[in-house]
Amino acid sequence: MARSPSVGPSPAPGLVTPVPWWRHRRVVPWVVQGAVALTVLVVVAFLLGNLIRNLTAAGLLLTWNWLGQPAGFDISETLLPFNAELPYWRGLAAGLVNTLRVVITGLVGSTLVGTLLGMASFSGNALLRGLTRTYVEVVRNIPLLLQLVFWYFVVFLSLPNGTAALQLPGVVLAKSGLYLAGFGDGLHWIGPQLQNGVWQAPLRLSVEFGALLTGLIAYTAAFIAEVVRGGIAAVPKGQWEAASSLGLSWWQTLSKVVLPQALRVIVPGLNTQFISLAKNSSLAVAVGYTDLYSVAETTLNQTGRAVEVVLLLLGTYLALDLFISLMMNGLNRLVQIRER
Amino acid sequence: MTPLLRRLRQDLFATPADGLVTVLLLALIGAGGFAVLHWALGQAQWAVIRANSTLFAVGRYPLDQQWRLWLLTALLAAATGLSWGMLRSHPRPDRGGSLWPRNDWMAVGMVALLSLALPSLLGLALPLQLRWWAIAALLLLLRWLAGRFGPLLPAPLKRCLPLGLPLLYLLGMVLIGGGLALEPVSPSQWGGLMLTLLESSFAILLCFPLGVLLALGRRSDLPLLRWGSVVYIEFFRGAPLITLLFLGQNMLGFLLPGGVAPERVWRAAWVLTLFAAAYLAEAVRSGLAAVPRGQLEAARSLGLSTPQAFTTVVLPQALRVALPSMVGQFISLLQDTTLLSLIGLMELLGTARTVMANPAFLGRNAEVYFTLAVLFWCCCAALGLGSRALERRLNPSTLA
Repeated sequence: MARSPSVGPSPAPGLVTPVPWWRHRRVVPWVVQGAVALTVLVVVAFLLGNLIRNLTAAGLLLTWNWLGQPAGFDISETLLPFNAELPYWRGLAAGLVNTLRVVITGLVGSTLVGTLLGMASFSGNALLRGLTRTYVEVVRNIPLLLQLVFWYFVVFLSLPNGTAALQLPGVVLAKSGLYLAGFGDGLHWIGPQLQNGVWQAPLRLSVEFGALLTGLIAYTAAFIAEVVRGGIAAVPKGQWEAASSLGLSWWQTLSKVVLPQALRVIVPGLNTQFISLAKNSSLAVAVGYTDLYSVAETTLNQTGRAVEVVLLLLGTYLALDLFISLMMNGLNRLVQIRER
Repeated sequence: MTPLLRRLRQDLFATPADGLVTVLLLALIGAGGFAVLHWALGQAQWAVIRANSTLFAVGRYPLDQQWRLWLLTALLAAATGLSWGMLRSHPRPDRGGSLWPRNDWMAVGMVALLSLALPSLLGLALPLQLRWWAIAALLLLLRWLAGRFGPLLPAPLKRCLPLGLPLLYLLGMVLIGGGLALEPVSPSQWGGLMLTLLESSFAILLCFPLGVLLALGRRSDLPLLRWGSVVYIEFFRGAPLITLLFLGQNMLGFLLPGGVAPERVWRAAWVLTLFAAAYLAEAVRSGLAAVPRGQLEAARSLGLSTPQAFTTVVLPQALRVALPSMVGQFISLLQDTTLLSLIGLMELLGTARTVMANPAFLGRNAEVYFTLAVLFWCCCAALGLGSRALERRLNPSTLA
């Protein structure tokens, strides 16, 4: 482009260099896009070509019938029945159900804890505010994986067994597992009981699950607390003052006036946190909980089917993310303030 | 009642319920604090940290080559002192024109305290302690010299100084990995804090240009660029990092011509870079969205070409807005390097695993994890503090 050195009388007609055709505003977009498309195509073709050549050489071309072969490994903790004779796809399905189990309980738990923390950061009590702030700052600045192995190896694996186990009302925490009270046969309430030195209860969770769930909730709750805090801060101060001048208490003001208005700011932020919780659940492998990723890793080690396993993993997590986003978008439409 | 007491009462004991909460919390904090102190000073056996401090710092880096890392540390300290002094040598009105603002004295105190206390706490041999003191002294000396005599340097030299930083990075790579007449040290021998910092700094430096390009692509009017960027960003943001690292370790060998797949350390570094770029792109995109459209139009109407308008007018403003969320991404990238331990690399957490597998230190999990947590917390908090300081510095309302 011809740029005149200074603002002044326009140069004589013969001195303006004409714009070359390849810099014409109609042409440039096509040239740029063509160049990008060509680069991407060349790179993809190069990678795919290598992939096909290498896979053919290794005799590993894409097939899916290995999914039907017997898995040959066991999963210690499943909701779907599984054993070593069942095919790989049953193992992967059991892993997926284990992932969903920790994701769903984690979502509920971290939302509850995070919301309480977020609300506490608006408390009139300076000590409570400071403590919440400290919790968030500590948890957010320490890697999640480090927190998970801490919960597992330091906290849960050092729980005592037998009579020394940590006994709370309706819950017993022992090294052999977490025992929860529940309904037994004939719908009566049964608490955990010690029989021959072994705890028995209607509901037993493994310490691996317990550690993973605790770690995920403690971590995600700190982020959700920040989202909730941001949402509450976005509600104009006049709303607080108006509500308290009408005689509403702090709790009534927050739950009936402020939070409903804060939700439209909070929900999109929650979406992000929920998706990262779903993805973070794949760190289960570090604490020995057999989730989808952990089963996939074992499957790959046994079958050598790298490409198929990676595709399955990526596809499943993408689907999980999309599902959470869809749900949250629906919720977002519900909480938007409808104006006339 | 004194104002302090009145303030305390208003903040902590405004209502009976508030008072109850305060008392309960105080009891909780007291009990928790006592338990932690009792453990840290009484029960914990810190020998596991003292005996393995070299392993935690540099992994299994060959002993006879470690002078290269000492040299690198000294160079980094020199560069830090020099840039710190140069930054302060132009007093700015928002700092009261001071060459030595109060925060700097606190930083000097921290450096002195750390260099004196940490090596002796770790039980390092006296010659090693002396090296740390010398490095700290070098940092502070250059800070003073640059602050005092920096303004006297000729302007062209001052403009060239920042170029030293990328050169220093390349030099650091050479010092760590070998080459240029230095004996090569295989990446499988790198480890500890060094590997953590190397992987995260590599990914941070390279994901930045890539992320900016992706963000521009996502906001571009050209459909092909836009959709390409969207697909890239959503793919990398949709998958858990561990599955991508897994992909890098298991599938990269298939995607490249036989035998050229890079060393595992570099494979992981590239996966981290590509992953971080997708998140950075979203941070930059929010910054770009905050720049009014009129800025681009005004720049174009002044005769700047589109690339010129972006690099000189739009991007500087967008990056300033995006700075906090970008640093947030860098902090999570630093934390994400712990995942490399799951694919068998010897960064900090991987080193911790090998240390705890040593029969001599069996059951010392709490001490090791506690130390790592403190280390990560300090690194991340320092990044956050730095970001806030930079934000203040770049804030146009305080620019002279």
